[in-house]
Amino acid sequence: MTGAALLGRLGWQSLAFVRAWQDPSLNTLIAAGAAALVVIGAVAVVALITLRGQWRRLWREWFTSLDHKKIGIMYVALSFVMLARALAEAVLMRLQQATAINAPGVVDAEHFAQLFSTHGTIMIFFMAMPFLTGLINYVLPLQIGARDVSFPLLNAISLWLTAAAAGLMMASLVVGRFSTGGWSGYPPFTETGFSPGVGPDYWIWAVTLGSIGSTLTGLNFATTIYKKRCTGMTVMRMPLFVWTSLCTSILMIFSMPALTVATALLALDRYLGFHFFTNALGGNMMNYANLFWLFGHPEVYVLILPAFGIYSEVVSTFSTKELYGYASLAIATIAIAVLSFTVWVHHFFTMGQSANINAVFGIATMAIGVPTGVKIYNWIWTMFRGEVRFTVPLLYALAFMMTFVLGGLTGIILAFPPLDYLVHNTLFLVAHFHNMLIPGLLYGLLAGYHYWFPKAFGFRLDERWGRVSFACWVVGFYLAFMPLYVLGAAGMARRSSEVLEPAFRPWLLVAGAGALVLAAALAALFVQLWVSVRHRRANVVPAGDPWDGRALEWSVSAPPPEYNFAVLPHVAGRDPFHDAKRKGTAYAEPVRYAPIEMPRNSAVGPILGALGGWAAFALVWQIWWLAAATVIGMIATVIARSFVRDVERTIPAETVARIERDWHETLARSAPTTRDFETTAINRGLAQVLA
Amino acid sequence: MSAGDAMHPGLNLGQTDAETHARAGHDLFGFWIFLMSDAVLFALLFATYGVMLRGTAGGPGPADVYKLLTAFVETVVLLTSSFTFGMASISLKHARGIAPITAWLGVTLALGLAFLAMEYNDLATMVGDGAVPARSGFLSSFHALISLHGLHVLAGCLWIVVMLVQLCVFGRDGRVKINMLRLGLFWHFLDIVWVAIFSVVFLQGLAR
Ligand code: HEM
Ligand SMILES: [Cu+2]
Repeated sequence: MTGAALLGRLGWQSLAFVRAWQDPSLNTLIAAGAAALVVIGAVAVVALITLRGQWRRLWREWFTSLDHKKIGIMYVALSFVMLARALAEAVLMRLQQATAINAPGVVDAEHFAQLFSTHGTIMIFFMAMPFLTGLINYVLPLQIGARDVSFPLLNAISLWLTAAAAGLMMASLVVGRFSTGGWSGYPPFTETGFSPGVGPDYWIWAVTLGSIGSTLTGLNFATTIYKKRCTGMTVMRMPLFVWTSLCTSILMIFSMPALTVATALLALDRYLGFHFFTNALGGNMMNYANLFWLFGHPEVYVLILPAFGIYSEVVSTFSTKELYGYASLAIATIAIAVLSFTVWVHHFFTMGQSANINAVFGIATMAIGVPTGVKIYNWIWTMFRGEVRFTVPLLYALAFMMTFVLGGLTGIILAFPPLDYLVHNTLFLVAHFHNMLIPGLLYGLLAGYHYWFPKAFGFRLDERWGRVSFACWVVGFYLAFMPLYVLGAAGMARRSSEVLEPAFRPWLLVAGAGALVLAAALAALFVQLWVSVRHRRANVVPAGDPWDGRALEWSVSAPPPEYNFAVLPHVAGRDPFHDAKRKGTAYAEPVRYAPIEMPRNSAVGPILGALGGWAAFALVWQIWWLAAATVIGMIATVIARSFVRDVERTIPAETVARIERDWHETLARSAPTTRDFETTAINRGLAQVLA
Repeated sequence: MSAGDAMHPGLNLGQTDAETHARAGHDLFGFWIFLMSDAVLFALLFATYGVMLRGTAGGPGPADVYKLLTAFVETVVLLTSSFTFGMASISLKHARGIAPITAWLGVTLALGLAFLAMEYNDLATMVGDGAVPARSGFLSSFHALISLHGLHVLAGCLWIVVMLVQLCVFGRDGRVKINMLRLGLFWHFLDIVWVAIFSVVFLQGLAR
């Protein structure tokens, strides 16, 4: 076999280290440094696990687990790693723009383009999506009184496909180069004519793997919500987080295919010379723009709706009040979900359709502001005359409400086509969407992380470091992004690797400082995790209800047993656990316990993930034998799995009884906490109930 | 809920196997959702085809490359295979042994393969005549749409083979039944998509 047949396009030159060796410059050294971080990080993790002899345990208890709770935690862990990388890239971009004012700056133009492409792609697909999928995974079955999602194996497969795609993003730092076409990958620039290298192929296959994983996730969550709610939980009794998860899932089911089609057709163009989006021979780039944003706009609501759900839970719990206007919140969620399919053209007002079409889509876009506004009022009214406790999650909710409204207002500006003509493709837009995504998505997910962490791990997160981190996220956000509104209105184009206008300097310096504060925010978050783990004994909440919670997830121990509920609950109202505590029926011990069937562990998820990841890598580098072998391997795995009949495992009634009795003893030993002491060591997870 | 209730659209196992019936309500619902998502894929490829219809770039257009007769025969073959699959489903529900099921499945498989062979032949002829996907945007979209459907049929055929083996190995256990119900939906879905392809692509292409 020749080298090309064996290794495709892969060569020594593909390695970032070799390029830095041959042509040492600040630019290539930064690239090699990033690659070294990936390699050293991977080696260190592997070495650590090996030294501690933890492989077997990890494999048995985590990687092959089909438990929705563990899958959820793995998703969130993945998203934190990816957040760290994408944030580092953001800081580098801010550094570049602050220094490259009529000067070369730190990275060259091509490298800068890779930075915004990977940053955007990672933040959306490998930070936000895994984070929200992880939280929904963890919380959803608990909130609807179920023992797992509908298709636990499919759930694991989604996780491992997503992880494989994230791995591909990491690989692109070490071997080859990433796309320079932005997170939206517009052709014809990403066609072979203009981007002959492997960059767009990395983007295509990472995004495709991720989008398949998300489609399957959406299907799984939607079926779970429709079919696995406990008795008595009618749709109008579902916690609001379940409502938003449902709408997010529906959006995933219907919008992800548009992305799959866009990337698949682009791949056909690149690999087989088709002419979907090329300049010549009947290709039509506008079709790509439509397909991509037919996915892209619903996607922003896929991202934001779960955060809305989290805010609803958090605001109600920490205001010690029932959610105000439950029905209107649910209806507003549905309205947003439906409308989100009707506005995609606002992403390309300037690309040549008629003024009338622009007007229709502009009005539709503004219409979405209405249900969103309804929600903001609902949260404010929920707090009104409530007994508000300013814990970290509530602080995030407050910062969100004020900051998000600002972003909404600039969104209305952008929705107005004549104004959009002035600021489109400038930093004004970058400021706008970060103004939506950071408060609307990141703060929400972080609020959820703080809120449910004690449930998942049995101890609270450190409150003080939580506040430090919160303060940095908020201050950093304003510093980093408010200047961009000014710069954008002054005409500074987005995605610029060099700045020609010296008057922009002060604003760019402020934005750069803001990015550093944001980096500090992430660092504080990691410190918080470290400190909390160190002091976990002082902060344990084994009784399971540290915040005087309202929905079913708080009615079980922390962390919950693998089967969630020894006896499937029955609910009769909207805040079932809250009501049960007031009626004195919470924590009732059943007369007897029954054996519980749970899915057995399976290696199919990690196997499909590994094969999928290698298949994608092989396609990127055109190593055809490997691509064929891995794809056949995936099909064979699925077929082989369909022959496995022994897929369930029974937890004997005695085991259930033992676990439950232990927990009830803990409950009996715990002193109830009033809300004044909920962030102190007194809080053992049993809430003092004042009727 | 009694076993006689219809739990989902499609063949219900109701009176004959209450336990699997209950589980099917759940599992098949998930599969319906999958099909909806899959339908969106096809819908977008149809839309793309519509957009690219004029992008012939001086190359062959619909009237030059479509052959109504073979497309019609393919339609008949595929529709017949849906009928034979229906017979397989009914024998899954009512027959005693597995012989009638495997027989009907075998016929379905043969028809599916015949469809694929004819389609392959059509495409090969087109390619031989220079109507390759790389020739124009129009041909790209045509080939992509037809091939996606063809790949689905191929997957369906492979699935039938797996089900035949499983019927022999496991008989009619609950999971075989549920997977047969899923496969049934899949197969009929492909038929419906083909009807759309036949009318939107072939009939309209030749009518203009
Ligand atoms: C946390 C601090 C963040 C900082 C400092 C930051 C900074 C930046 C910068 C400097 C750019 C390039 C702007 C340009 O084109 O000139 C950018 C682009 C982008 N960011 Fe962020 N970002 C942050 C968080 C996020 C988050 C949370 C998301 C999404 C969930 C996100 C999504 C994007 C996207 C989609 C782009 C566009 C990429 C492209 O042009 O294709 N960012 N960001
Ligand atoms: Cu949009």
